[in-house]
Amino acid sequence: MKKIYDTATEALDGVISDGMLIAAGGFGLCGIPELLLEAIKQSGAKNLTFASNNAGVDDFGIGILLQTKQVKKMISSYVGENAEFMRQYLSGELELEFNPQGTLAERMRAGGAGIPGFYTKTGVGTVIAEGKEQKEFNGETYIMEEGIFADLAIVKAWKADDTGNLIFRKTARNFNVPAATCGRICVAEVEEIVPRGSLDPDAIHLPGIYVHRIIQGSHEKRIEQRTTRKKEDA
Amino acid sequence: MPWDRNQMAARAAQELEDGMYVNLGIGIPTLVANYVGDKDITLQSENGMLGMGPFPFEGEEDPDLINAGKQTITELSRTSYFDSATSFGMIRGGKIAAAVLGAMEVDEEGDLANWMIPGVLVKGMGGAMDLVAGVGRVIVVMDHTNKHGKSKLLKKCTLPLTGKKVVNRIITNLGVLDVVEGGLKIVELAEGVTEDQIREATEANLVN
Repeated sequence: MKKIYDTATEALDGVISDGMLIAAGGFGLCGIPELLLEAIKQSGAKNLTFASNNAGVDDFGIGILLQTKQVKKMISSYVGENAEFMRQYLSGELELEFNPQGTLAERMRAGGAGIPGFYTKTGVGTVIAEGKEQKEFNGETYIMEEGIFADLAIVKAWKADDTGNLIFRKTARNFNVPAATCGRICVAEVEEIVPRGSLDPDAIHLPGIYVHRIIQGSHEKRIEQRTTRKKEDA
Repeated sequence: MPWDRNQMAARAAQELEDGMYVNLGIGIPTLVANYVGDKDITLQSENGMLGMGPFPFEGEEDPDLINAGKQTITELSRTSYFDSATSFGMIRGGKIAAAVLGAMEVDEEGDLANWMIPGVLVKGMGGAMDLVAGVGRVIVVMDHTNKHGKSKLLKKCTLPLTGKKVVNRIITNLGVLDVVEGGLKIVELAEGVTEDQIREATEANLVN
């Protein structure tokens, strides 16, 4: 079956619709599916819910979908870098569900592994625990969190082969792996598609079984905090 | 003289032992890396990396290589990368020996508040709740009092909690305190700081 599509818009054809729950990879602006987000903007799909660690910045990442008011709700751990997000949230236009970062990652991982719920100590005794089932194991209290089963996952990888096996690069792997697994359909954008047989099977980060559609494109890969040192300091 | 930021970081670095895997928070905790000396410490960055290196040289920044504060960094010969679920798996699984974190408030039971001030713009807890619930030892580094001179070491936290009964040790500009049965215990004074000064600046119950 053909997994490679020519453009992000073609790769989303027939899989994007209003009101969807979309799991998106990336941490900050690192490893975000920037081409697919742009294509979602062009699609005009609205009332979207995003499970994504962050909400991008005003003019990049999920931020571009906030500007066009296509997002109804965010499930995130940290949204501090986006002024438009704050404006919409404070005016009640946008719903926000804070998840601790590890809880969000595990909810995606669990959803992808067919696990509807799990127990964790994270958030016990905090606002996160409100309304959630609590259970004792070996004398310690845990809260139940639910797996995320997304309608669509969008991720960014470094390389793919034509069967959808993915390799990520450095810290750009982040949420892309758990997000990819929890989507009913997963669309991946990569920097390079290589023929099958050219990736080391022992070095695949995400097997192609999780990846349904792939596009290749060029990425801006914006840096959020450019921190450096001078050679003479070394 | 109370400790300055760098002296607090240097004191926190003494808490770290050879062979430890450690997570450092943003702010003063980040400075701790400058004071580990010859100790074999591996820094975890919760966005998916063990073995975090220093900032890159100008012109060598890599957008695919950032820390949890979204700053460009470098890798070391020991570095490994992994996804976010694996990263928090090692945090929740108790594999990370210690976390050094900043705080707004700590109370005498070891409750920690460091993510949210109601009525002020809410940014989110990031990985802080996972870290304090999962790592072996939680070391807080913060000023003893806030900018209004009020104690940050309280009988009961007033801000929304990051975790309950999670803090082990507090390093402030005035000294070092442990969370023990019944309250906080002074274990060290900053040079030139008296026990009375700490008592004066501490709302939490102090035990001997």
